[in-house]
Amino acid sequence: MSVLVFTENWDGKFKKLSFELVSYASKLAEMLNTSAIAMSIGTVADDELQKLGKYGAAKIIRATGEGMNILDNQTWVNSISDIAEKEKATVIVLSNNIMGKALAPRLSVRMKAGLGAGVSGLPKSTEPFVVYKKVFSGNAFADVLIRSEKKILTLSQNSFQLLEKPEVPEIMNVSVSLEAGAVKTQVKDVQKQTGKILLTDAEVVVSGGRGMKSPDNWGPLLELAELLGAATACSRPVSDEGWRPHEEHTGQTGKIIAPNLYFAFGISGATQHLAGVSSSKFIVAINSDKDAPIFEAAQYGIVGDAIKILPKLIEAVKEIKGK
Amino acid sequence: MRILVCLSNVPDTTTKVKFIDNLTKLDTGGIQWVINPWDELSLTRALELKDDAAHNIQQVTIAHVGLAGSEPTIRKALAIGADDAIRVNADPRDAYFVAAQLAEVIKINPYDIILCGIESSDYNGSTVGGMLAEFLGIPSVSSVSFLNIENGQVLIHREIDGGKEILTLPTPFVAIVQKGITKEPRIAAMRGIMMARTKPMKVTEPVATGPLTEVLKYELPKPHAACKFFDPEHPKQLVEMLQNEAKVI
Ligand SMILES: Cc1cc2nc3c(=O)[nH]c(=O)nc-3n(C[C@H](O)[C@H](O)[C@H](O)COP(=O)(O)OP(=O)(O)OC[C@H]3O[C@@H](n4cnc5c(N)ncnc54)[C@H](O)[C@@H]3O)c2cc1C
Repeated sequence: MSVLVFTENWDGKFKKLSFELVSYASKLAEMLNTSAIAMSIGTVADDELQKLGKYGAAKIIRATGEGMNILDNQTWVNSISDIAEKEKATVIVLSNNIMGKALAPRLSVRMKAGLGAGVSGLPKSTEPFVVYKKVFSGNAFADVLIRSEKKILTLSQNSFQLLEKPEVPEIMNVSVSLEAGAVKTQVKDVQKQTGKILLTDAEVVVSGGRGMKSPDNWGPLLELAELLGAATACSRPVSDEGWRPHEEHTGQTGKIIAPNLYFAFGISGATQHLAGVSSSKFIVAINSDKDAPIFEAAQYGIVGDAIKILPKLIEAVKEIKGK
Repeated sequence: MRILVCLSNVPDTTTKVKFIDNLTKLDTGGIQWVINPWDELSLTRALELKDDAAHNIQQVTIAHVGLAGSEPTIRKALAIGADDAIRVNADPRDAYFVAAQLAEVIKINPYDIILCGIESSDYNGSTVGGMLAEFLGIPSVSSVSFLNIENGQVLIHREIDGGKEILTLPTPFVAIVQKGITKEPRIAAMRGIMMARTKPMKVTEPVATGPLTEVLKYELPKPHAACKFFDPEHPKQLVEMLQNEAKVI
């Protein structure tokens, strides 16, 4: 028996998200009296892989092979399920991010393993196996029983703390050989921004809504984000109007994020918006309407004109951070 | 070419969901049911593709797993422009069960492009599309923000962290679509509503399978402490609290 954790790598590097996943898998393995095995697909250097050991991976598997450098859901699922079989994994853990959403459902069918999608903590019990997750876009939560012998869990981002549990893992190489024509998805081009903090990775997010009045007022918002090392976001009408790029749209139909701190400037707090940000640990709302629903979701608030408050807020951050 | 749009019937997100029977069941009284927002977008995209005669798309079909109560939602999809619909007459018990039923429909009656939404706004699983593809043994692409047919070839944009990949793949496949796939969901015109009444809606019985999971109990979000307000003239206090009390900056 084992817990297998799929750790995605980004050009050969791991992120905080990867360490969260391994911490989670290793805690879960403890609950099941077994060990956590981490696997990654593609070229990752030994010293990078060893970092997973710090969070409790007892063994690390590196799967490489020609044709495995781009995500093809079928060939990747073949590889993960082969490894899961060999390692007698009873639980497989992935992130509930773009990659996890692509792979976990296929794995679930392949292994006839019930899927707990988007769990936000350790199972409430392992016998029976009950997980806790958000449902109805954050309007409720549910205890979900997984009946099958094997289970797949996808963990929501930023929902589990890093836990150090140093291990000296052995690194095992698995070479994947694909039959000709096995890879069906052919990537023709990749367009990627580099050097920007990704909205889904950011610990602090500064977001603006229609209350910001005009795209010309975004300067101070960007300055605040820069000062805080934050990513920027916006409400749907703002991206629909073309004031901000579509990648910044958060909410039910946009990105779902869970930063430690979310600043909402001139955002009313419609349920569809909150569906994307309600898992933030802390919400600060700045809105001229004291009855705006965003204040029901916020821990801290200021009632007032966001455009006038921003410069003062920037000064205050400079002063306090400067100390 | 034929396109299948998988449709989920969900409570409108503005509905305050409530639960009954000791928090084990959704209280369906007073719920406004709608087409899952992403499915509305994929239907719209399917119809846009069909509108262009060059793509030679003969049929856009709706597939749904649900009891008779969801027929108004299916009729709405027909009114928007789908040609016909298939309803598997079963309570959608979990994603695995739903995907297994949809797979049976497609095995009997194959489609070239199968569209699913990135998630359904009730159980937020993001799971049916990938499961369906695996049941059928065909490729799947998730996080699809653009889908077109150019020179007979399918062109897809797949979102990745910080950008996108532009890819092609052979039919049949399942595309799991998200924001960007189209601008605005199409709405039903009067003529469409009239026509929808007579469009074919086939009802089939489920095959025996799954589910693998089961909701034991619901919980409503815990009310959190009231918002603490700060003086708009002196936001410094707010910043201090963020640093010292909340410890988030
Ligand atoms: C199916 C569906 C899906 C949706 N998905 C999303 C989604 O994913 N994300 C999303 O964001 N929305 C989504 N929406 C739209 C959502 O319902 C709201 O319309 C939207 O979130 C409102 O955006 P807003 O708060 O920026 O604008 P508004 O609702 O216009 O609110 C602006 C706010 O700014 C305040 N304000 C005005 N001037 C100032 C000022 N000078 N200083 C401070 N405050 C000021 C106002 O008091 C108000 O509260 C969806 C809607 C539907 C039907």
